[in-house]
Amino acid sequence: MDAAKNKYSIIVPTYNERLNIALIVYLIFKHLPDVDFEIIVVDDGSPDGTQEIVKQLQKLYGEDRILLRPRAKKLGLGTAYMHGLKHASGNFVVIMDADLSHHPKYLPSFIKKQLETGASIVTGTRYVTGGGVHGWNLMRKLTSRGANVLAQTLLWPGVSDLTGSFRLYKKSVLEDVISSCVSKGYVFQMEMIVRASRKRYHIEEVPITFVDRVFGSSKLGGSEIVEYLKGLVYLMITT
Amino acid sequence: MKHVLKLFSLLVLISALWISLLQASIIPQSHTWLLPIYFIVSLGCYGLLMVGVGLMRFPTCPQEAVLLQQDIAEAKDFLKQKGVDVGSE
Repeated sequence: MDAAKNKYSIIVPTYNERLNIALIVYLIFKHLPDVDFEIIVVDDGSPDGTQEIVKQLQKLYGEDRILLRPRAKKLGLGTAYMHGLKHASGNFVVIMDADLSHHPKYLPSFIKKQLETGASIVTGTRYVTGGGVHGWNLMRKLTSRGANVLAQTLLWPGVSDLTGSFRLYKKSVLEDVISSCVSKGYVFQMEMIVRASRKRYHIEEVPITFVDRVFGSSKLGGSEIVEYLKGLVYLMITT
Repeated sequence: MKHVLKLFSLLVLISALWISLLQASIIPQSHTWLLPIYFIVSLGCYGLLMVGVGLMRFPTCPQEAVLLQQDIAEAKDFLKQKGVDVGSE
């Protein structure tokens, strides 16, 4: 594969990320100076004016580098990726979060890993040396680790970080995998990588650091745990 | 083959092994009957060990939060200069 001919479409779903979207766009441009890429912002009708900021960024960086492809309202992550995918002109697609928990400085390592190994998917992992998490208390780490051990035992997924959503896909592979996924939320991310693993796609991992910026929010209550267990059972039965 | 079927086949295989051990009487029957319990308990202990070890070795990166703040400041400066609205919220 001729590295010079690769184009990377970076899909960033947003909802009320007025400040973060500007910061993340700046950082992407900073860390990918010699790469052909486009950023596809899929905004779900943010009331805080996120789309206005994106338009300002388009004036600064060019409408061919930043695509704004909004939707009317919050319609979920999976469909946001599919929507972004329709407008992606690259042969590779990167998905990442808009809130800066995923730092664009890792983008070069994703690209490098893919070029070195020819992998179909490169997924970021927080759980290996070189990676890490900041902003999690002991309870959060415990549930994360417990959930991971359970998932490894039951699913044999072939990756160390199942719920991570910082990934690089070959466009054709993403299209193939996403069409067969039906879950929502982070179970969706798990479903994507497990289905890809079952289809025997070549998956590589790179360490990433994750700075949790949503401090204090109870993202891991009892209902989340139940959803997670249901997700595991669903994936055991259907993949 | 769906994954749950793979796990099921594995279970059937282990059960067949266990039954053949019961038949063959290489090990005294009293011990053989307890093997499934030993197996489940060992699995449980292994799982707990993995959780414990993983928790102890959980990679953290406090310096990343600092670096991020620096990046944010740098980004805000640049964007403000170029006329993008990065007013504080």
